[in-house]
Amino acid sequence: MTTYYTEDHEWLDVDGDVATIGITEHAAEQLGEVVFVELKEVGESFEKGDEIGVVESVKAASEIFAPVSCEILESNDSLADSPAEVNESPESDAWFYKIRLTDESQLEELMDEITYKKLIS
Amino acid sequence: MTDRTALHALHQELGARMVAFAGWDMPVSYPLGVMGEHAAARERAALFDVSHMCQAELRGDGAVAALEALVPASIATLKPGKARYTFFTDADGGILDDLIVSNAADHFYLVLNAARREHDLGHMRAHLPDGVDLVERTDLAMIALQGPKAESVLAPIVPAAADLAFMETATAEIGGTPVRVSRLGYTGEDGFEISLPAEAAEALARRLLGHADVEAAGLGARDSLRMEAGLCLYGNDIDTTTSPVEAGLGWAIQKRRREEGGFPGAERILRELADGPARRLVGLRPEGRAPARAGTVIATADGRDIGQVTSGGFGPTVQAPVSMGYVESEHAAEGTDVALMIRGKAHPARVTTLPFVSHNYKR
Repeated sequence: MTTYYTEDHEWLDVDGDVATIGITEHAAEQLGEVVFVELKEVGESFEKGDEIGVVESVKAASEIFAPVSCEILESNDSLADSPAEVNESPESDAWFYKIRLTDESQLEELMDEITYKKLIS
Repeated sequence: MTDRTALHALHQELGARMVAFAGWDMPVSYPLGVMGEHAAARERAALFDVSHMCQAELRGDGAVAALEALVPASIATLKPGKARYTFFTDADGGILDDLIVSNAADHFYLVLNAARREHDLGHMRAHLPDGVDLVERTDLAMIALQGPKAESVLAPIVPAAADLAFMETATAEIGGTPVRVSRLGYTGEDGFEISLPAEAAEALARRLLGHADVEAAGLGARDSLRMEAGLCLYGNDIDTTTSPVEAGLGWAIQKRRREEGGFPGAERILRELADGPARRLVGLRPEGRAPARAGTVIATADGRDIGQVTSGGFGPTVQAPVSMGYVESEHAAEGTDVALMIRGKAHPARVTTLPFVSHNYKR
């Protein structure tokens, strides 16, 4: 399994053509206390950069974008009832989706952990 | 380039996240977070830097008449030591800005929105007669201390604070420094706004923050608190396209002014007071968890547009999303079912009366 990061502060744990995705600790910290998460339906397909969800803090709504072109295999329904999980464990329990990558070559455009850490430092 | 208040270094020391607001670099939240800061104001006390707000003084024999020509509040009956909420209206009955006017005995002390500073000062200067002088007090800072513990925190430092009731104001001294303490605020809670020389602000803020009951709070909590309290934000809930009657601010137009008129837009405003406005500002409680923010279309249950949300978000005390918005008057009754069109989907909501959290003022 390899972890990739995007400039929109999302992470992807990739295993073959399947990945688990979420937002990074840095993103969760920047958002502040999350009060609402809206996710798309399982089975929908998206192009890289499409809006695939909304995360709202007390103050503002932020869109989540597809880090790669993908089909949604599973969404984390527990976030609807406990959005604060996004602040507590953004890089583990509070994953957003499990996806199937429809263009694995797009992974080359993403960052590894060292490059991402540099971006946010 | 943004301006910095006298507390800027303190905000940074406290680890605040800063944002540009009305030309000022202001704290939006501290490491405690909006929820904790909000809760502090409801349960204990929160300290806000409100030095970005415009403070001004109006002096001269004709000041009462000059102000009454611009606002629909009764200034003539405002006694020394009393403060009043009012608004500048335009000829069409729209709202140019809202403000607090205090009778400071030998002058009127005004607190105006930072975002409307230039407009308001220009507006007043353009209409003031000879002999009435307007002086902006850029040498002053302002600290708001809000919450049920505000009095017990402030009174040992400024004993006069304990003698004030809601919407009263007095001058006092802190270690020889002249200050003005007013018992009012923008949270729905009991509390004070302390106007003082900028160079004395940091020392007072540190002293107040040293108290176990006080937390520093930023613009994020200020907004969620005022929204739960149903208090209008200029530029969101009120502006030149909204009348005071539509906004539910008729209470701020005293009897004498209703009878005599003589303020800009009186024709429309008095007519709406008598006959009711075409639309009204109401509270909205979404049934689900999705916050309906400013700009969200309000529709009837069967899909006809009847208005728009002007402020909305999550209410930390209510523990649910809350919104304020205008709806056609026939849909403004408490309990009316409406739909909020969030990202293209209809979310059911119910019209409620404002505020969402009852006011806790010391009358």
